[in-house]
Amino acid sequence: MARRVLLIEDEPNIIEAVSFILSRAGWTVHTHSDGASAVERVRAHPPELVILDAMLPGRSGFDILQELRQDAATRDLPVMMLTARGQARDRELALSLGATHFMTKPFSNAEVLDRVRDLAGG
Amino acid sequence: MGLERRGARLAGARIRARRLDLGLAQTALAQQVGISASYLNLIEHDRRRIGGRLLNAIARVLDLDPAQIAQGADGALVGRLEAAAAQHDVPLADAEVLAGRFPGWAGLIAAQAARIETLEAQVAGLSDRLAHDPELSASLHQVITAATAIRSTASILTGGEALDRDWQARFHRNIHAESLRLAESSRRLAGFLEAPGTSDAALTPLDRVERFLDRMGHHVAALEGPNPALSPEEVAMGAPDLDPAAREVLRRWLVTYRADAQALPLEQVAQAWREAADPLGVAARLGCDLPRLLRRLATLPPGAGPAQVGFVACDAGGALGPRRALDGLTLSRGAAACPLWPLYEALSQPGRALRVRAAMPGESGAVVLCHAVGWIETGPDWAGPARPRAAMLMLREEGGAETSGAVPRREVGPGCRLCPRDACPARREPPLVPVRSDAL
Repeated sequence: MARRVLLIEDEPNIIEAVSFILSRAGWTVHTHSDGASAVERVRAHPPELVILDAMLPGRSGFDILQELRQDAATRDLPVMMLTARGQARDRELALSLGATHFMTKPFSNAEVLDRVRDLAGG
Repeated sequence: MGLERRGARLAGARIRARRLDLGLAQTALAQQVGISASYLNLIEHDRRRIGGRLLNAIARVLDLDPAQIAQGADGALVGRLEAAAAQHDVPLADAEVLAGRFPGWAGLIAAQAARIETLEAQVAGLSDRLAHDPELSASLHQVITAATAIRSTASILTGGEALDRDWQARFHRNIHAESLRLAESSRRLAGFLEAPGTSDAALTPLDRVERFLDRMGHHVAALEGPNPALSPEEVAMGAPDLDPAAREVLRRWLVTYRADAQALPLEQVAQAWREAADPLGVAARLGCDLPRLLRRLATLPPGAGPAQVGFVACDAGGALGPRRALDGLTLSRGAAACPLWPLYEALSQPGRALRVRAAMPGESGAVVLCHAVGWIETGPDWAGPARPRAAMLMLREEGGAETSGAVPRREVGPGCRLCPRDACPARREPPLVPVRSDAL
């Protein structure tokens, strides 16, 4: 059975490209674009890995991450944060909130694939 | 060290420095002024006080003004030099010697240090703008997002793996759409970063408005009278060298100006001021509130109101609106201002008129007659938050000893970083330079 990744991102063309490369690599990719309901989406169908954009409509990725880390059910879920802002403070904030990895846009496809494999344990 | 003692010591050092500059032996100078070399040595080394005839005689031989020996170089200039030196680990003691011996060069150093400080404040302002400006942040986000989508999609297309036609067409469309978005967001970003001018690129909208108002003398004739020649919006639109944000700041200021001008016609205020130059009395006579009168007095044409006037207003956060400086003196916007100015006291006592003689530090520190009042704005609906505000009119004291005596004096300053008052109860941080006992 294919392994599942949840991509929480609101940019349709990024969703399409990332979904394509992950699907081609054998992952089942679920997508979600709304920040406000993202935590419920994770709880309803827990994936093996979450790719979480920092800037989302409805709720920021940082808030979502914080709530995921406060819940015992999702505390250890690997979360890779994506951000278009590469400032040190965003990185520090993401890592202090418990992000498993932090990646700045624009990223390379190979980098995304490598990281997803690493974080999901192969 | 007491003031007198310190002055004597510095006088001796100045005599010695000047004598050595002139290549004059101690014995020679002593002979010329009729004292022994040993006595001159004591004077030069802070062991004997000097004054009267002997001071005049030494000054004459050294070709100096006696006051230059007794009081030293310009105190303000020395203070500015010391402030500059403190940031670069240069011995402070040399500042006075430099100012005394090379006042021109010392002035240049002080001016350049002040310029650097101003530029640093502007850089800090720009950095803050880059970090927090929502327009810039949104444009950057769009550029990076488009670049991300293009990079990832193009990488798929050129990756060497076979793609069916539908996917290819889809990715081509995506790249095309993202390239359009990239072009648009890049153009917006470039427009944002393009400086409106080279010399004032670092100015904030408020700075630009203040500069415009300074050029106008803070009076707008086109908004005066029962049928003004222009509307506030028209004046704002016609103001040169303003970006949209500054234009909006100016427009708001002009709307208030017009309302004040309508409520307090020029001739009426001018007549009332001629009869009794007291803001509170004039406000009572004209039946207007004090904040409006203070604003109005700060915008009258020359000859119609106070001869020299400054004005500043703030909100509850202490943020200052467009300021009018009094002879270059105003409250600092870049660095935190001194909280002892009556403007801030007025914030906490809405409706109470305050009159205070505010004295800046130093022997030659300016004394300004301040009239301040606070009020609370509400509305436009019942649920809206109350917005405390305060305004302060600053006037030069005009020799009225009788009036001056009746008005309490308060020591204020230029803000903690530059203020030499060491015993100030309102101090927030240490000064840049050690406190000078003779600077208080």
